[in-house]
Amino acid sequence: MTELRDLNTSGYSPDWCPGCGNFGILTALKRALVQLKLNPKDVLVVAGIGCSSKLPQWINTFGFHGVHGRGLPVGMGAKIANKKLHVIVIGGDGDVFGEGMNHFIHSLRKNINVTLLVHDNQIYGLTKGQTSPTTMHGDKTSSSPGGNMDDPINPIALAVAQRTSYVARSFSGDMDHLTNTIADAIAFKGFAFVDIFQVCVSFNKHNTFPWFKERIYDLQKKGYKPDNQEKAFKKSLEGWDKIPIGVFYKEEKPLYEEEHPVLKRTPLVKQKIDNISIKKLMDKFC
Amino acid sequence: MALDINRLSWLIGGEAGYGIMTAGEKFARAMVQGGLNIHTHVEYPSLIRGGHNSFGVRVEEDEVTCPILMYNLIVALNKDTINRHKDFLTAGGGIVYDASEIKLQEGEIRSDIKLYDVPLMKLVNETKGGIRVMRNSVAVGASMAILDYDFTCLAEAIRGVNNRRLKGSKIAEINVHIAKKGYDYIKKNFQNDFEIKLEKRPRTKKMLIRGNEAIALGAIKAGCKFMSAYPMTPASSIMGYFVRKEKEAKVVMKQADDEITAINMALGASFAGVRSMTATSGGGLALMTETTSLVGISEVPLVIVNVQRPGPATGLPTRQGQGDLKFVLNIGHGEFPRILIAPGDAEECFYETFNAFNLADKYQLPVFIVSDKHLAASYKSVKEFDTKNLKIDRGWLLSDEEANQWVDYKRFMNTDSGVSPRAIPGQKTLFRSSSDEHNEYGNICENPDNRLIQDGKRFRKLDTALSEIPLPKLYGPQNADVTIVGWGSTKGAILEAMKYLKEDGIKANFLHFVYIYPMHVDYVKRFLKNAKKVVNVEENVTAQLAGIIREFTGFKIKHKVLKHNGRTLYPSEIYDGIKKVYND
Repeated sequence: MTELRDLNTSGYSPDWCPGCGNFGILTALKRALVQLKLNPKDVLVVAGIGCSSKLPQWINTFGFHGVHGRGLPVGMGAKIANKKLHVIVIGGDGDVFGEGMNHFIHSLRKNINVTLLVHDNQIYGLTKGQTSPTTMHGDKTSSSPGGNMDDPINPIALAVAQRTSYVARSFSGDMDHLTNTIADAIAFKGFAFVDIFQVCVSFNKHNTFPWFKERIYDLQKKGYKPDNQEKAFKKSLEGWDKIPIGVFYKEEKPLYEEEHPVLKRTPLVKQKIDNISIKKLMDKFC
Repeated sequence: MALDINRLSWLIGGEAGYGIMTAGEKFARAMVQGGLNIHTHVEYPSLIRGGHNSFGVRVEEDEVTCPILMYNLIVALNKDTINRHKDFLTAGGGIVYDASEIKLQEGEIRSDIKLYDVPLMKLVNETKGGIRVMRNSVAVGASMAILDYDFTCLAEAIRGVNNRRLKGSKIAEINVHIAKKGYDYIKKNFQNDFEIKLEKRPRTKKMLIRGNEAIALGAIKAGCKFMSAYPMTPASSIMGYFVRKEKEAKVVMKQADDEITAINMALGASFAGVRSMTATSGGGLALMTETTSLVGISEVPLVIVNVQRPGPATGLPTRQGQGDLKFVLNIGHGEFPRILIAPGDAEECFYETFNAFNLADKYQLPVFIVSDKHLAASYKSVKEFDTKNLKIDRGWLLSDEEANQWVDYKRFMNTDSGVSPRAIPGQKTLFRSSSDEHNEYGNICENPDNRLIQDGKRFRKLDTALSEIPLPKLYGPQNADVTIVGWGSTKGAILEAMKYLKEDGIKANFLHFVYIYPMHVDYVKRFLKNAKKVVNVEENVTAQLAGIIREFTGFKIKHKVLKHNGRTLYPSEIYDGIKKVYND
C-alpha cells in the first residue's frame, strides 16, 4: 500500500520559490497516486524544461526530465513501449503551449493513455518573467514592458475543438479539487489533459491568489455535465471575469495501445527478442 | 566488338509515371531468376509525374558492387531518354524505342548503335486488358530477346514465383503476355546479332534487396520493436518496410508529426526498455539535434539512421551525396559520446544495423547509422543474411530479479568502464533521470567535482567501446602503390576501380571506414604513414573524412577524388582520378 511519505524523495527537496503554486500541484499529484493506490514502480513522470518540469525530481516514482517542450512524445513513446505504466507528463505553459505546442495539438488526436498536467502560471518563471503563450493581453512582463500585445491562447478551447477525450481545468490553490481532478484524469482511460492555473509569486503580479479566488467557480458544483462538445466549447470561452474549473469534456474513445494489433496483448517491453527468426522475411526478397 | 557473355549494363528511362521502376525491378529479378547477379541504380527528380526517371541494371556472373557510367542497351520510353543517355552508350550498343512515338533525325544516333524499333503501343493495344503503362513490359520483353535470354526467367519474375505480391494475379498474366509479344517481335524482325548475350546459370538462392530494407531487416532481427519516424526522402522506405511488417514481425511503427516528435518518442520507448530507432535524412536530423544531446546525457540507447541526400537545406532531395559526416560526428550541443557507423553495401546495412543495437545497449548512447540515397535505393543481389552468429547483447540491463534485489540503486553509477547498471520503469529500482547535469542517482547536481565525474564516466564508455569497434577494413594487399581511403557507399565503386587499376599493373589497396567514430587513431595513423600514396575518395565538397582523419591523427591526405554533383561516383571516375595521382 502506497502512502504519501513513500512518494517523498529522501534528502532531496524542491527548490521552487516559497509560495510557488508548484508545491500544491506536487502534493496533489502525490495524494492522487495514493488515492488511486498506484505502486510507484508503475508510475513514470515525464517532464520538459522549466520550473514546473523539475517536478519529477521530487516524487519517488520513475522520472524522466527531458528537453524543453518535448515531454509529451517521450511519455507517449514510453506508454507504447509499456502500456502497463501510468505515464504522467508535466509541463509549464511555456513548455507545452510554446515550445511544445505541436506536440500538444497532435497528442490530442492520438488517444494514447497518458495524463498531461500543465502548470499554467501565465508567465515564464525560470528565465525570469517573460511573456508566455497564456499571458493575458496588456500584461506587463520583463519581455513586454509596454504590455503584452499578443492574445493568449485558450488551451481548453483548443482541446475541446479537437474532441480530446478528457479536458479539465483546476487550480493549485484548491487542494481537494486539484487532487480529485488529477486522480480522475489518471484513472480515465484515454488521453487526459488538465490545465492547472497556478500563481507565480515572483513574476506574475496580475494573476495572483486573491485574483483567482475571486473568479474561480466549480463547474460540477453548478451541475455542468461534460458530455457535449458544443456545450464544452461554449464553456471554454468563458473568462476572465468568472473562471470555470472542473471537467469540460469527457469521451471514451478507442485507445491506440488497445487497438494496435501488436500492442493488444503483451506489452512491447515484455516481448522476447533473443532469437527472432527473419527467415520468412528474407524469403520474400528472393 | 567480340561477343560478350553475361556482362551487361542496361537502362530503361522515361517520365515518372511510365512504370520505369517496376520495369527495372522486373528486369533485375529476371536476371537473378536465371542465376545472374545484379546491381541497380535509379535516378529520379523530386516529383510524382513527369520529369525524367531512369533505372539502370548491371548484370554479371559474379557479385556486382556498383553501377557504371556507360550502358550497352537502353530502353527509351520517350525522346528525352535518348537525348540524355545516347552519349553514354558503349560502341555497338543498342536502343529500344517506338518509332511511332519517337522521331529520330537522320544522323542523330551514332552509326555503330543498333536501333530496335518496336511498336510498343501497338502491341499493348492488341492485347485485351493492355493499358499504356504496359509499354514497359513490352520493352523489357524485347530486351530479353535482344540479349538472347531465356524468356521464362522474365515470366517468373513478373509472376512473382517467390511469394511476390503479384503472384497468380490477372495483371501479372497480362504483363507476361505483353512482354512475350515484345520478345517475339524482336525474334521475328531482327537478327540475333547483339554483341552481348545473357546465359542462364545454375540458380542459387539470392535476395534482391536495397540498403533501406536491409537496415529495417537488421533492426527487426536485433529486436527493435519500436520505430517512430517522419517521412523524408530517401529515408522513408525504412519506415515503409517497418510498418508493412508490423504484424508479421511484431513491431510498431508510429508515424510522428515531425522529426522532433519521432526521436523523442523513440527515446521514450527506449527509456522504458524497448529497443527503438528513428530514421531520417539530413534536414530531419537537423531537427532532432537537440534531442540527440538529451539521449547523450540521459544515457539512453538509441539507434538513429541518417540516410543522406545532398544539402544544404532541401538541396537535391532525390540525389546522392555524402555531405553529412561531420554534421553527424558533431551533432548536438555540448559534449557527449556517440558511435558512428557508415555501412558500405546492402550486406553491411543489415549486419551493422544489428550490431548498432548491441552497441547502443552496451554503451547506453546514441548510435548513428549514416547511409545515403545510393545505398537506400539500389538493389543488389545478395546471399541470404547469415544470422547464425548474431547474438543479442543488451549490456548491463538489469533483469527484474537483479533490479528488485538491488540496494541503493544509482542509475548513473561511476564505474571503471563508464557503463552504469540500467533499470527500467516497472522494476523496483526507482530513479529519476535528468537532462540537467546530475549525480549518480540522477538528481540535478551542479557541483563542479560531480560534473567531472559524470563527464569522465560518459566519455570513458567510448574507450571501453573502442576495444570491440572493428578496425577500418582493408581491401587489397597490405602494401600497395596507392592507398585509397573512403567511407560508406563509395565502397562498391572503389572496389571496382581497384580491378581496373590492377589491369593497368597498379597495386592499390583500400582502407574502408565503416566504423568511423570512435576512431582507432593509432592504427589509422600508422597505416597511412606507411602508405606510399594516399588518395581520399568521397562524395562531398570538403573531403570530410579526410578532415576527420587529420583532426584525430594529424595525417594530412593530399590527394583527393571528390564528386558532389548529386550523382553517384562511378568507378571510372575514381580510376581516372587515381591514375592522375599515380602518374604525377
